[in-house]
Amino acid sequence: MIEYTRVIKHETDRVPGFGAEVMRAPGCEKLASCIQCGTCSGVCPVSIYMDFTPRQIMALTRADFKDDVLRSRTIWLCVSCYACTTECPRKIRITDIIYELKQRAIQSGYYPEHFAVPVLAREFTDMARANGRITESLLVMRMYLKTNWLAALGMWRLGLKLMSTGRFSYTPEKIEGRAELEKMFAAIDTPIPDYSPSGAPGEETKGTQP
Amino acid sequence: MKYAYFPGCSLKGTGRSYEESLLPVMRILGIELEELRDWNCCGATAYMSVDETKACVLASRNLAIAEKTGHRALVTPCSACYLVLNKTQHYLKEVPAISNGVGKALGAVGLSCHGAMPVRHPLDILLNEVGLDAIKQKVTHPLTGVKIAPYYGCQIVRPYATFDNAYQPTTLDRLCEALGATVAHYPLKTRCCGGSLTGTMPEPGLHCAYQLLKEAVKRGADLLATVCPLCQFNLDGYHDQIAAKWEPVRLPTLYFTQLMGLAFGLAPTQLGLQRHLVPMKPLLPVTA
Ligand code: SF4
Ligand code: SF4
Repeated sequence: MIEYTRVIKHETDRVPGFGAEVMRAPGCEKLASCIQCGTCSGVCPVSIYMDFTPRQIMALTRADFKDDVLRSRTIWLCVSCYACTTECPRKIRITDIIYELKQRAIQSGYYPEHFAVPVLAREFTDMARANGRITESLLVMRMYLKTNWLAALGMWRLGLKLMSTGRFSYTPEKIEGRAELEKMFAAIDTPIPDYSPSGAPGEETKGTQP
Repeated sequence: MKYAYFPGCSLKGTGRSYEESLLPVMRILGIELEELRDWNCCGATAYMSVDETKACVLASRNLAIAEKTGHRALVTPCSACYLVLNKTQHYLKEVPAISNGVGKALGAVGLSCHGAMPVRHPLDILLNEVGLDAIKQKVTHPLTGVKIAPYYGCQIVRPYATFDNAYQPTTLDRLCEALGATVAHYPLKTRCCGGSLTGTMPEPGLHCAYQLLKEAVKRGADLLATVCPLCQFNLDGYHDQIAAKWEPVRLPTLYFTQLMGLAFGLAPTQLGLQRHLVPMKPLLPVTA
């Protein structure tokens, strides 16, 4: 049985300009033309586990409900399968919009500590930047240590099986050009790319309606 | 024919049986895959979630190295690598904010990327360059009587589908038929396997894998054929958990390259089949 709850949204919950800012990111421009048809929610393989469906996320983003969107479980559940993007009748790149929301949530710390998805993303980027490659076995161990090491214990059987089939790597893979890679990243080390035509990115102006 | 080859991290780790089967099969068909010198991680879905420009920087170093080889295309077997490298090519052309950042980063180490190197999947090369007739000629042990659920997963057909249809892809179906197998009608062929959620949020992640396996069982398939290391892992590695939570749906999941190898008469151990957790041996009449 599905239970419906209706939540009344208030004008004061809005962060005016948030939707417009998201729409300036690459691939996110068409959000304004969403017709709320719900196709995206219908094809999404994990929407039944979401707190807001993809369609609702589109509406909330466009209407500047920044807190609801960035705190939602939805953005972390999205597996980037692009089913919604392929099916959307308005050709809205929903997956890219959710990527943009994830980036904003990570950059502004909008997620519970020890929450596995952003922790994995961070550990992944750190390992990729330091070594140039990902060693999956070690990455997953690092994620478990930082999130829920008890869960790691529950995975010991799978770990053993991977070891016995030679699929568990014990030493990290590293590229030779690690210094080169670091130099490349250092050349663009700014916290967030500036998509906005004017003004500092991430800056919000409260009060005025767009 | 020679191509530049980007294996990606999984093919050196949990997905090594993919590479172990890909290289010999391609060699039999006269295709040489030359591994990109000192390639780095493509960034996958994780880097895109943290910083898009940096994700493109990471991917573009590989594209820059590939362009220097002068080969006609860069072949990459992993669906995530395939998507990220293609997406980066698109962004370099379409998004000035990103191409500027990437240009600056590459410039700092004397590299450049013109976005001119096509990024292709082995399935694309097999169907559109080698051709099914040439593949059929190499089949010595046809997979007669084996019913295969062809599973494409998401990222090789969406959203940058260039060699197959995003809604109803058929390349893998046709390849399996060419190997002598029977192809099951498998409507979930492009539905997600759960991706990295199986590790981070097990219930929704495993639910995806469970749905796919259940459907394959329902369609009478003996096994699933896959084109991606993460899909293979998700469909092969979690049967205990899936059986505990829902019901047993124990089917083996093989890379299409392993199926080709078997049909070409290679031994299972030459194709890394001993690495899989759900064994396929009793199913196939094939022995080398
Ligand atoms: S499918 Fe597209 S138009 Fe329809 S609700 Fe989703 S985003 Fe809006
Ligand atoms: S890309 Fe994300 S939101 Fe879209 S269908 Fe897939 S999981 Fe759902």
